[in-house]
Amino acid sequence: MSVGDLIYTDTEEQLRASVRDLLADRAPWPAVLARTETAEPVDTDLWRRLAQLGGAGLAVPSTWGGVDASWREAAVVAEELGRAVAPLPFLGHAVATALLLELGDEDLLPAVAAGERTAAVVVRAATAAHENAASVDLRDGRLHGSVPAVLDATTADLLLVRAGDALYAVDAADARVTPAPSLDRTRPIADISFDGAPGTVVASGPAVDEALAKALQIGAVLLAAEQLGLAQRCLEIAVQYLQTRRQFGRLIGEFQALKHRAADVWVRNSGVRAAARYAADCAATDAADLPVAAALAQAAASPAAELAAQECLQLHGGIGFTWELPVHLYLKRAKSSAILLGTADRHRAAIGDLVGIPAVPTEGAAA
Amino acid sequence: MPGGGGVTDLSARVDALLAQCDPATTAPQEFLRARFDAGLARVDYPVGRGGLGLDPVLQETVDRALSAAGAPGNDPDNNVIGLGMAAPTLLAFGTPEQLDRWLRPLWTGEELWCQLFSEPGAGSDLAGLATSAVRDGDAPDADWVVNGQKVWTTLAHQARWALLVARTDPTVPKHRGLTYFVVDMQAPGIEIRPLRQITGETEFNEVFLTDVRVPDAYRIGAVGAGWAVTQGTLMNERVQYTSGPAPRGSGPIGCVVEAWRAHPEQRTAGLQTRLLELWVDAEVARLAAARLGQQIAAGQPGPEGSAAKLEYARLNQAISSLELDLLGDDGLRYADYTTRMPVMEPEETKEPGWRYLRSRANSIEGGTSEILRNIVAERVLGLPAEPRADKNTAWKDLPR
Ligand SMILES: Cc1cc2nc3c(=O)[nH]c(=O)nc-3n(C[C@H](O)[C@H](O)[C@H](O)COP(=O)(O)OP(=O)(O)OC[C@H]3O[C@@H](n4cnc5c(N)ncnc54)[C@H](O)[C@@H]3O)c2cc1C
Repeated sequence: MSVGDLIYTDTEEQLRASVRDLLADRAPWPAVLARTETAEPVDTDLWRRLAQLGGAGLAVPSTWGGVDASWREAAVVAEELGRAVAPLPFLGHAVATALLLELGDEDLLPAVAAGERTAAVVVRAATAAHENAASVDLRDGRLHGSVPAVLDATTADLLLVRAGDALYAVDAADARVTPAPSLDRTRPIADISFDGAPGTVVASGPAVDEALAKALQIGAVLLAAEQLGLAQRCLEIAVQYLQTRRQFGRLIGEFQALKHRAADVWVRNSGVRAAARYAADCAATDAADLPVAAALAQAAASPAAELAAQECLQLHGGIGFTWELPVHLYLKRAKSSAILLGTADRHRAAIGDLVGIPAVPTEGAAA
Repeated sequence: MPGGGGVTDLSARVDALLAQCDPATTAPQEFLRARFDAGLARVDYPVGRGGLGLDPVLQETVDRALSAAGAPGNDPDNNVIGLGMAAPTLLAFGTPEQLDRWLRPLWTGEELWCQLFSEPGAGSDLAGLATSAVRDGDAPDADWVVNGQKVWTTLAHQARWALLVARTDPTVPKHRGLTYFVVDMQAPGIEIRPLRQITGETEFNEVFLTDVRVPDAYRIGAVGAGWAVTQGTLMNERVQYTSGPAPRGSGPIGCVVEAWRAHPEQRTAGLQTRLLELWVDAEVARLAAARLGQQIAAGQPGPEGSAAKLEYARLNQAISSLELDLLGDDGLRYADYTTRMPVMEPEETKEPGWRYLRSRANSIEGGTSEILRNIVAERVLGLPAEPRADKNTAWKDLPR
């Protein structure tokens, strides 16, 4: 099994630089923080701008209105969004895009890829790829039912929802979308209910489940990249503080107990970078190993991002606990990301099944 | 890229070597010498020095083709210090005469090497070492006379040559008074005493040097420039742990997964959690090593080698510990603690108890995990160094 291409291409680095510039300009962290206290935590203007630059349809072929790049490039964008804890519906939209791509949809994709329509898949945000996605009921050709905690749904105008054995496209105006108070205010979730909403069939049959699983895997891949970007940024912020804060007549960065903790975060991040690149490459090349690669990337990236954010807070002491510094934005994003699309523990369990590490024999079962 | 014919050219060279020396009928040593002379020892070595100056990733193609043809190996396990540390140091700092003398028999495994660095008073603080080398007379090429004691010297009892760092000027601060030499382990005045280690084996030794004469022609680098050469050697020592992209699930994690499958009666939910966590970490480490290899091949080496060494030590220790837990009663057995010279061979072929015990060294040998974290923190992250008293003081005036 080849490990694919694990380093960044020049094109990817150029894309990174332009997204980083855009975010530095339009979403510096004080602006992100200020926005979390408004009624519109998601920056839809910036999202439109990113979409104009191609950011909404990177992995979509140009025949369907996309940029003809791949999930590798999308992952680089996700890294930058993680670095900035950017309040954009990129991830939810990407999962929806992946789903439409997998189903070979030609009607919705062009507008979705161009970012003219923002889409979300109606599943619980904590659903991992190998788990059953939520579905709603179909009665008299109309959709009924509700799904709580849907990722990036507050700003979506197109909802993709499973009912029976089919996937339906629903105009968000025809559903009830209730923004839920969320731990991470830069990434709101919403409870959605359908009360006789009209929908259009996108696809039906076993292809829907397969495509949903694949789309959630690609979501996991992009989320891991985002977590990597976040973890790297947390380490940078912490190191900067260690280089400036003095106690006991010394820079606290001279204390070995603290240096070693920073070094451990760096080691973890190095590993996550390799795992995240591998997963992105598998997604881009449609490799058979994608299920393992995506679960692996999540199993590694979730705890690493949490660690980096937690250490960043702790190494700042009291000031790290304040609302004024960006550290809490990172911690909240890290913790919510660790639950989103399945916790590390669930991904590890999935890996156990995929690579043949059989579970504990249950009582009474033949050994 | 030099030798631009690339892979086709390389396989033509492999074919030519096999046509010239049939592995089935050629003595192993003869074959290895011919392989070296054909530039196929290590393709990234320079032309005329066992290589072709090519991208190191091409090595795998050569190794695979030759081993498929039944070619003999050069005993990389016994030869770890020669191949991993002596060869790169000689290539980077040696004179043409020194390379002519040492490189080929080193690579073929005819002459083993050891590393006389650590001393009882200088481990992590290697630059504080006390072994002295004094010139015998004023002639610029006069011999050196070496006195001192080294310790933990792996393979000293089998090695023909040693890498030595010694103090040639005690009146300057410690890093500046060192010089690097190659020492003939058969020279008079060298006494080797085996040390018994945790596994029962005698893998390393104490080495006493009493009035050992070292020709000036065996000096590597300038007088007083030994620390820079030493750093080069140590860097290569750490890179060793990242070598080769092994297949998924191979190595120690493969052993423990096998034990898991073979012992359903030992399985508990807790052990499964530990196993899956370690499986993920091992796979991540494997990908990180592969990524580092790709970075190096692309001419953008990163500092990730230190991360690889730290993770390798942590994982080996945790995995081998889990393996014993998984074996239940069998985890209590250990074949043989009698004092013996170790047989150097891949870890997977050893017994689980040995893997558990030997892996305790992984966070000590080649720089401890604490020292590596210091290096990452200071050189990679740019954190300030700890205040130190020994930077500007002559070595002879330091408290010992
Ligand atoms: C199996 C094995 C094979 C070896 N082979 C060789 C060989 O072939 N040739 C050779 O020259 N050497 C060899 N060594 C020696 C090895 O390089 C040293 O053991 C190692 O560098 C540590 O030195 P020390 O043992 O003196 O420990 P010390 O330096 O005394 O360290 C003791 C403890 O203090 C910690 N410590 C020391 N300084 C610091 C610091 N600044 N900050 C934080 N913690 C610190 C260490 O991490 C360690 O935990 C070998 C060792 C082993 C175990």
